[in-house]
Amino acid sequence: MTVALSGKEVATKIEEKFSGSVVESSPENLVVKSDNLLDVARFLKETEGLDFDYLNFVTAVDYYDHFEVAYLLSSLEHNHSLMVKARCYDRENPALPSVVSVWQSADFQEREIYDLFGINFEGHPNMKRIFLWDGFEGHPLRKDYL
Amino acid sequence: MAVRAEPFVLNMGPVHPSTHGVFRMRATLDGEVVVDIEPVFGYLHRGIEKLAEQRTYNSIVPLTDRLDYISSMSNNFAYCLAVEKLADIKVPERAEYIRVIMAELQRVASLLIAVGSFLNDCGAYFTPFLYMFRERERIVDLFEMVSGQRLTYNYMRVGGVSQDLPEEFMPALRKFMDMMPRFMDEYDRLLMQNEILIARSRGVGILTKEQAINSSASGPVLRASGVNWDIRKADPYSVYDRFDFDVPVQESGDCYDRYRQRVEEMRQSLRIIRQAMEQLPSGPVRAEVPHLVRPPVGEAYAKLECPKGELGFYLVSDNSIAPYRCHIRPPSLINLTALRDMVRGWKIADLIIIFGSIDITVGEIDR
Repeated sequence: MTVALSGKEVATKIEEKFSGSVVESSPENLVVKSDNLLDVARFLKETEGLDFDYLNFVTAVDYYDHFEVAYLLSSLEHNHSLMVKARCYDRENPALPSVVSVWQSADFQEREIYDLFGINFEGHPNMKRIFLWDGFEGHPLRKDYL
Repeated sequence: MAVRAEPFVLNMGPVHPSTHGVFRMRATLDGEVVVDIEPVFGYLHRGIEKLAEQRTYNSIVPLTDRLDYISSMSNNFAYCLAVEKLADIKVPERAEYIRVIMAELQRVASLLIAVGSFLNDCGAYFTPFLYMFRERERIVDLFEMVSGQRLTYNYMRVGGVSQDLPEEFMPALRKFMDMMPRFMDEYDRLLMQNEILIARSRGVGILTKEQAINSSASGPVLRASGVNWDIRKADPYSVYDRFDFDVPVQESGDCYDRYRQRVEEMRQSLRIIRQAMEQLPSGPVRAEVPHLVRPPVGEAYAKLECPKGELGFYLVSDNSIAPYRCHIRPPSLINLTALRDMVRGWKIADLIIIFGSIDITVGEIDR
């Protein structure tokens, strides 16, 4: 069975290295400050015992006042998983650092989030729409898009 | 005088016999050698994730049929698992076994198409493909018996399956199970040692173990690169922990290994079906589920080993009758992430084979 690691326990490990980077944590997941996202991602991948080398998926959820981007990470070696989240509160120009340099699989998925939610991933090598055409107005998966 | 060579951009698709659907690739070529490619998606984008937000939990099942339309049963299964996890619904034993039988039959059917179309891309034009379709036809007949459909089955329901197996199903399945191993041996004799196939696919389009993990490849693509990771074993869902089966793993991660991986996985699926047939209990096939499911506030992610890899549904509930968010993790899209690394430096004819060996369905990529 894949063991879902407690967000609280991993959060204490992250706090030791990057203090103040975890916004909140629960047994199910942990929320990281968006400025620290890339550092934390690299930390989770490279720290021995965590070894989150596999990014299952990235997606976003629109909660009206903020966007929540969820990353489900797994370690194939230890067979454990962890849900990491980041939030952006700016609705006009939401942005987050891209994790493509850590997990290549984020490439198309971050483009998808950009296309459907309008969240800009800074540092992505090819940030443009993926499903809809370039002239398309709006981002369909936002809750205020009807 | 030095010859000045400029890279040449070749557009393949959106409709091209080798692109397996309405899919486009922009290949940058240096003579015949591929320098870079850029996949272009979106020709089949129907906004299924948005549509799901406006439908009740039960009425999303038919939408999932239209994702990877050649393995609809697996899609139904993955979606139902996610809702059951979210709303904490217990599925009756008999339904679990029926689901496993259907999912494994679907795996065989889907892998037959994958192998057949790969051989097609290799230049064995339509002869092996028709052999594979001969057997797939029998599986589709079985699905027609239970669901009345031949492509979009819409058979599984939240909490079980739509109806019990009809009387004629088990004898027909038994007949199929007796025949199938012979056909598999036939494919092996015909193709496994085929010199042309080996020459075309051995050592071509290698995906290393590290690359496969870093680009989150899953399913046969990941295992052909030497990673022993099968969700049925690593994180068993339904009743998979009760069956005895092996996870075949290859070593080099070239096109031939991906082909072989699929053939070996079919044999394992047959093993699982045989055991499920023996253990099939009697009883109800659907739990008491209200017409309008209202899961508590929260989120759930359920993943499943579908024929192409890890198919997952991430559902967020706000305690209403429709999901607040329904994200689909498409194995076809994510497996394509590594395509660029795999094809760089190979010739244009190899590009077709490497692309074919990944096995994609556009319905799932674009959603």
